[in-house]
Amino acid sequence: MKEPMIESPLARLSDEQIEELGREFDAIHEEVYASLGDRDASYIRNVILLHRQLVLLARAILLGSRYKPAWWLGTSVLSIAKILENMEIGHNVMHGQWDWMHDPRINSNSWDWDTISPAEAWKHSHNYVHHTFTNIRGKDKDLGYEIMRIDPHQPWNPVYLLQPFYNLLLAGFFEWGVGVHDLDFDAIRSGEKSKEQLLKEVRGIGVKARRQIVKDYIAFPALSGRKGYKSTLKANFTANMVRNLWTYAIIFCGHFPDQTYTFSEEEVADETRGGFYVRQLLGSANIEGSPIFHVMSGNLGYQVEHHLFPDMPSSRYSQIAPKVRDICERYDLPYNSGPFFKQLGTVQRTILRLAFPGGKPATKPGPYRPPEVEETAPLIAV
Amino acid sequence: MPERGTPVQISPLAKGVLRVVELFTSPLKPDDYLSLINPLWTTEELRGRIERIHRETDDSSTVFITPGFRWPGHRPGQYVRIGFDVAGKRHWRVYSLSTGVARSDGQISVTVKHKPDGVVSPYLNSIHAVGDLVTLGTVEGEFTLAADPGKLLFLTAGSGITPIRAILQWLDRAGSMPDVVHVHSARRQPDQIFAAQLGEFAQRHASYQLSQRVTSEAGRLTPEQLDQVCPDWRERETYVCGPGEMLDAFQAHFEASQLEDQLHVESFEHIVLGKVTGAGGTVEFSASGVAAECDGQTPILLAGEQAGLTLPFGCRMGICHTCVGRLAAGTVRDLRTGELTQAGTEVRTCVNCADGPITIEL
Repeated sequence: MKEPMIESPLARLSDEQIEELGREFDAIHEEVYASLGDRDASYIRNVILLHRQLVLLARAILLGSRYKPAWWLGTSVLSIAKILENMEIGHNVMHGQWDWMHDPRINSNSWDWDTISPAEAWKHSHNYVHHTFTNIRGKDKDLGYEIMRIDPHQPWNPVYLLQPFYNLLLAGFFEWGVGVHDLDFDAIRSGEKSKEQLLKEVRGIGVKARRQIVKDYIAFPALSGRKGYKSTLKANFTANMVRNLWTYAIIFCGHFPDQTYTFSEEEVADETRGGFYVRQLLGSANIEGSPIFHVMSGNLGYQVEHHLFPDMPSSRYSQIAPKVRDICERYDLPYNSGPFFKQLGTVQRTILRLAFPGGKPATKPGPYRPPEVEETAPLIAV
Repeated sequence: MPERGTPVQISPLAKGVLRVVELFTSPLKPDDYLSLINPLWTTEELRGRIERIHRETDDSSTVFITPGFRWPGHRPGQYVRIGFDVAGKRHWRVYSLSTGVARSDGQISVTVKHKPDGVVSPYLNSIHAVGDLVTLGTVEGEFTLAADPGKLLFLTAGSGITPIRAILQWLDRAGSMPDVVHVHSARRQPDQIFAAQLGEFAQRHASYQLSQRVTSEAGRLTPEQLDQVCPDWRERETYVCGPGEMLDAFQAHFEASQLEDQLHVESFEHIVLGKVTGAGGTVEFSASGVAAECDGQTPILLAGEQAGLTLPFGCRMGICHTCVGRLAAGTVRDLRTGELTQAGTEVRTCVNCADGPITIEL
């Protein structure tokens, strides 16, 4: 894990360049924050409204879930609702992207999402640990989630032979994985985390799990009556699975595709604000897709923009993307991006390959160069 | 956490029902679905709708608000905090309730003076505000009459008339107007809010002596003039509401005369303007019970840690929102942008420094 296997573009930039680049990114953030207003507020309020309407619709349809068409329709609508709630609403609200509205009901301090992971724990492991130490080997615990070998720098261990299997399991039960991940196995093993703290966190997960089980597997099935109980239970279980698979896919495409770099602690020692931005750029990868795709993925198709500015309202990422690409072009930095299936494909290939010993970093893309013909992708609402 | 509205008092039965419904809505609240039907149906925070806005004078209007639930009531002279959503952001303001008695239509009203460079008053002055929702905070304030008020002296200026108007309206309805001397000041004649109604009160009650003072002609009322406008002021309970300097002047005068127990003052402007020094200040960590000095360049987080506190922190660069604490009093300055944040909202302690004395709930 000592010697970096690949030279990162970070080393090519001078201190002055990194500082200048930092100022340019700060300016983008400032510009967006200065222009936030009614349109942004209505956007998130409308997405939240849409989610609640979809939930009501789905739950109503599923009262008749013992009829096949109702089951399929209800399950689909519920899956979409759960995905919206998880990605564009939960993930982003808990990042503090909408805290600027000063609305206590749409705020990172009060929001809780419909998953197993308690809000407090997730905000620590994700907002703080992952977003601060992104892709720093040994510090970013999302790099393989302490159970997978996702980077060739990680030493091999025979357990990893099983990773292609538990990878699939993780995909289906992703919310449980995220919930348990927050406990931080390494910290428990090393005794860094006290027993009381651990107990408190396990209890937190227990509460969240109980609420989901009561709601999705007892209360709503019971409403469907004796004949509909089982089919509604199956529908709710399926919707949770669909949501888990989707979030797994989007999140694994964020940092594990071939294009991304990882960093040693030495490489990022004494990192400046500009250095932080470069690391986020190099460590994240976008997914190309339609506006609807971006809303359904919580705008994590703009993973690069999200990692540069985790507290910027997600609806603004598409707007700043051209400016980010412009900076990449001028500083000869890559802008990692690719279609959904290509990104997911390279991730799965890495998981398979690194289950076995050895492996080396994939070839990385060169500096960003704009396509010959200017793209005119439609912007979403805001 | 940003400031919240006041929770609605509901019966234990309704609470029980909501708790059962929550099994179906968790982690959302039943409120979140009820408000799909009617946005005023929220029990966690009392909300209201702006029903109409009546222009009182060129630079003031009265805003009528229908609360989502029955108004819990207030004593005349009290104030309420109201959260307005302007340009996507919630802004809390304090206003005296301008009605002293419950209105038959269930509405409450506040009277707002327009400040062209403000945020909320230009919004309320625009046509868009009518029909919008607001969040209602708790009713507070000790600027109220005692059960047996005795002889009274009211000194008001500009929009400072609002709580006194509420008190007078209540006394008028009750039909027992005590001995009141009232001096109300406004810059120009047409600027006098509620002038006609005050005149009616004076006509109806011999014991209510009103003098309306136009300061552009007669100058501002000074404490030294008290002997002249109300020779027996020392025998009266005195209520003063107006700009900060006016309150300061009368406060000093009453203290010098050792009559401060008889003086009641109210001014929101005074609280809002405060004393911004722009160069650090004492940070009161209210949950820890520790105070620390913070200079103009030190983040609140660091100042607290140097004082021996263990505070929540994460990235220490303003991205992760782990370190936030609610600013209960004072103003902080963002060390990155120089932006000022006033009390009542969450602030990130890792990038903000105190701008004058502050209290933070950490």
